[in-house]
Amino acid sequence: MNSPVEAAVAVGTEDRGAELREHYLNVSYGVKSWLLTTDHKRIAWLYLVSISLFFFLGGAFAVLIRLELMTPQGDLVLAETYNKLFTMHGLIMIFFFLVPSIPAVLGNFLIPLMIGARDLAFPRLNLASWYIYTFGGLFTLGAVVAGGVDTGWTFYTPYSSTYANSHVILTALGVFITGFSSILTGLNFIVTIHTMRAPGLTWFRLPLFIWAHYATSLIMILGTPVLAIAILLVGVERLFRIGIFDPALGGDPLLFQHLFWFYSHPAVYIMVLPAMGVISEVITCFSRKRIFGYTFIAFSSIAIAVLGFLVWGHHMFVSSQSVYAGMIFSFLSMLVAIPSAVKVFNWTATLYKGAVSYHTPMLYALGFIGLFTIGGLTGLFLASLGLDVHVHDTYFVVAHFHYIMVGGAIMAYLGGLHFWWPKMTGRMYPEGWARLSALILFVGFNLTFFPQFVLGYLGMPRRYHVYPEEFQILNVMSTAGASILGVGYLIPMVYLVWSLRYGAIASANPWRATGLEWDTPSPPPTDNFSTTPIVTREAYAYSLQEAERVV
Amino acid sequence: MSSEASSALAHQFDDLAQQSEAATLGMWVFLVTEVLFFGGLFLSYIVYRASYPEAFASGSHHLDVMLGAVNTAVLIGSSLTMALAVHAAQEGRRREVVLFLLGTLLLGGVFLGIKGIEYGHKFAQGLVPGPSFVFPAPHARQVQLFFALYFAMTGLHAAHMVIGIGVLSVLTVMAWRGHFSAVYYAPVEIAGLYWHFVDIVWIFLFPLLYLIGRH
Amino acid sequence: MRYNLPLFPPQASTIAPQVDALYYFLVAVSAFFIVLIFSLVIYFAIKYRWSAPRKGAAAPHDNPRLELLWTLVPLALAMVIFGWGAKLYFDLNRPPADALEIYVLGKQWMWILQHPQGKREINELHVPTGRPVKLTMTSEDVIHSFFIPAFRIKMDVLPGRYTTAWFEATQPGEYHLFCAEYCGTKHSLMIGKVVVMEPVQYQQWLDGGIPGATVASGPPEARGAALFEELRCATCHRETIPGVMLGPSLAGLFGKPVRLHSGESVIADEAYIRESILNPAAKLVAGYQPLMPTYQGQVSEEGVLQLIAYIRSLGEANEEGRR
Repeated sequence: MNSPVEAAVAVGTEDRGAELREHYLNVSYGVKSWLLTTDHKRIAWLYLVSISLFFFLGGAFAVLIRLELMTPQGDLVLAETYNKLFTMHGLIMIFFFLVPSIPAVLGNFLIPLMIGARDLAFPRLNLASWYIYTFGGLFTLGAVVAGGVDTGWTFYTPYSSTYANSHVILTALGVFITGFSSILTGLNFIVTIHTMRAPGLTWFRLPLFIWAHYATSLIMILGTPVLAIAILLVGVERLFRIGIFDPALGGDPLLFQHLFWFYSHPAVYIMVLPAMGVISEVITCFSRKRIFGYTFIAFSSIAIAVLGFLVWGHHMFVSSQSVYAGMIFSFLSMLVAIPSAVKVFNWTATLYKGAVSYHTPMLYALGFIGLFTIGGLTGLFLASLGLDVHVHDTYFVVAHFHYIMVGGAIMAYLGGLHFWWPKMTGRMYPEGWARLSALILFVGFNLTFFPQFVLGYLGMPRRYHVYPEEFQILNVMSTAGASILGVGYLIPMVYLVWSLRYGAIASANPWRATGLEWDTPSPPPTDNFSTTPIVTREAYAYSLQEAERVV
Repeated sequence: MSSEASSALAHQFDDLAQQSEAATLGMWVFLVTEVLFFGGLFLSYIVYRASYPEAFASGSHHLDVMLGAVNTAVLIGSSLTMALAVHAAQEGRRREVVLFLLGTLLLGGVFLGIKGIEYGHKFAQGLVPGPSFVFPAPHARQVQLFFALYFAMTGLHAAHMVIGIGVLSVLTVMAWRGHFSAVYYAPVEIAGLYWHFVDIVWIFLFPLLYLIGRH
Repeated sequence: MRYNLPLFPPQASTIAPQVDALYYFLVAVSAFFIVLIFSLVIYFAIKYRWSAPRKGAAAPHDNPRLELLWTLVPLALAMVIFGWGAKLYFDLNRPPADALEIYVLGKQWMWILQHPQGKREINELHVPTGRPVKLTMTSEDVIHSFFIPAFRIKMDVLPGRYTTAWFEATQPGEYHLFCAEYCGTKHSLMIGKVVVMEPVQYQQWLDGGIPGATVASGPPEARGAALFEELRCATCHRETIPGVMLGPSLAGLFGKPVRLHSGESVIADEAYIRESILNPAAKLVAGYQPLMPTYQGQVSEEGVLQLIAYIRSLGEANEEGRR
């Protein structure tokens, strides 16, 4: 007996016709056909390859950080080196992996497919975004090769503008340039979603993945330019010593923090909103049910994007801003937690009376719900003023944002990558290995980051190269977890590459999912659809009866 | 639909109306980004102006209101010629489009020329922030902050002008070669949006930097 | 590795139990929701697995009242957490009027703490129990953050402005002092300890301090003597416990040959003393363990010169070191 999904997969393996058909992957060959492509699906692959490289580079830095922290003494690397390691780990993971991850890979590939369009509104701009990203990445890599940068990814002034003795300008330029890639991607998505939906695809028939990306794009176009100007001013100040943030010249270092967090807090939502979009797609498909409370989830994305712009001050509760400003930011931060809570409850309710099957994307999605719940709840600790005074800038913060970024965003990214892998490649990934690595990741992740909550409450500050002895056991646990986590990331890397050639052939719709992207063959033709689809039903029109019939 | 127009239709769009709607919306979204981009500088300006009102007032006394006012007029004039160019494009009058675009380019060039003269004066007077900054009056450090913001804001604005001039030059050549018609004129229209935006930024910069605090 | 695994920091200030109470409340709320969500997900995933028999009507995919419920309940909880946290924050930002005032200067990478009576400490803060202490802080260079986990207080220390924090210690003992805002290469060495004492001991400590510690001007050997106390050199280089000295006596040292651990012999001149302060292990005196920490970065070149002047003065008055 097969689950409804497996039955379809089995059908797919016999459908070998796809090999002969022309699709976006075999329409042309050669490096040039990839580097000059304007096909959103191929550009998604360009991003996939580049962000994977950055992910493993950032991961290598993380490995060194965890190894150093195994002992309280600074015995593996020098203090200067350690500071550069955590700076570059943060910079690369945030600006070159997490921000582009789901939007630039899955969003790029899927948005036109999901709305029944032939491409994004501005295909050449899309390619330009990738080149800008790569160009910015080269600057940052240049800074790494030249000796690195040690300001922390937050670039706080006046350390970054006056005191740091490393390649700040080069790195700042890299981040500045890459920001424009993000802005142009967001712009492209907004225009595409507004103007290019298939006939009948009204706003409330859109998959929640699209809503999430729409909200993300809003943040990209509104937040990123502010970061760009703040980083630009740091670079200019460092270059010409003009003192916009230099207290010695009457400047205000806190102004930089305000400008920085005005982007960098919403940036968290750039990373996690698309993840929520992925989860909504996966949960419905593998429960064979419509999403519970579509409207609530759709609007909660927009609410998060809007409220997310009003809470940046919660990064500055102990930076001497006024008590009243602190109270307002704390209040608003409490509010932004609510839409996230609503989503978690709605996803859980979607499982109720469904027909749940445990394919890898679903394992990632269920893992996401759990880890995101922990990450979100610990956010309340940090939003609560009196408690934040104690845990601010400690490992509690480190644990919290890794639960959101790694436990949330990366889990969803991997879940999404597995879910749409058959669509992207026309091949199935090996299910057994995939389930195993999802499990390894879940265990390794919790072992790495849960002890850090305890460390943080004990008072271990962030960015410490050496630390008092009583923190060692928890740090050793964390390092042990990180080695498991590392294995968990390497396994998918291997089997996904393997499956490109040896994976079972995937049918057009191996999961029997509903979205428009499944109505076209896997892999899709260059123009996505042979005829423009006409949409007559709402999203996630799954039915349990159909599931039973297959069983 | 003329054959010219259909060749201008990109494969991802169904028709020219959709294409031009997308292009216009795209430019508006881009301008929103630009507002936030300048917004960071405006915010810095407001914060520091509130902290050091005297220093900012004495800083703005060292700006040349006359040249600033002339430049404002020049830029408003260029917005007029730009609007006329868009109007001519909508009606498919090729010769007029080219003429008005050239007029816009000319006025844009005049603006940058005057700006260059002003910058030259500041260099000569030692008002460029950095080690060579000299200001004999009190609050010299905060006045330097004023000039840092002055150069950052007008410099960023001038960079936008240069980009605008580049875009309009390309459009002028395209218009001359007859790429546009009464059906397909979206590039001229969205370039116009951009040009007006850059103009509006100046309309804010002029009073903030030159006029406020002057008695 | 020492096998101690603490889960909570010591509670050593009046505010600490209050912060911990909020923490426990939040841990309880979080635990409740985590257990709820995890059990529901696991229960649904198993009960409604695809192969399980299905009975009854299909579940609705919408229920505005239920959704309103799980919007409003978390909202109410969040408001409780907000109010509670805000109240604590208010208390943390309102130092009592009768507080003992201590000035804090942060610089890369050390803390300088100035007591009102003129005592000055580096990376060490002595405070009495039962008396509020108000810290007024500023930085000489970049942003630092003054963090005492046992007191649950933290406040950024900024260049160009003053920030304040306060606490009232309750438990005598020694606690960590950390810099919590990344401030450059030796950020993790910008640490120290807070010594909480009973008021009587604190008074003794204040009185027992060598008056030289407050000498800001005067002949270099007097300033050197003050620095000698401030850096606690006397702990090892003076016979505090009869018959026990961790380091060699410095009396009559200057200009005399010194036999080294390596068997060689050097003359104790300015260069040797400077090196021994900044890099003690380089030329270890025979018969002593390499216990002395480096004072690189903790004492300025000017301070080194003053210390040399002081040590030189010891040579002239031979009995000084034996006192």
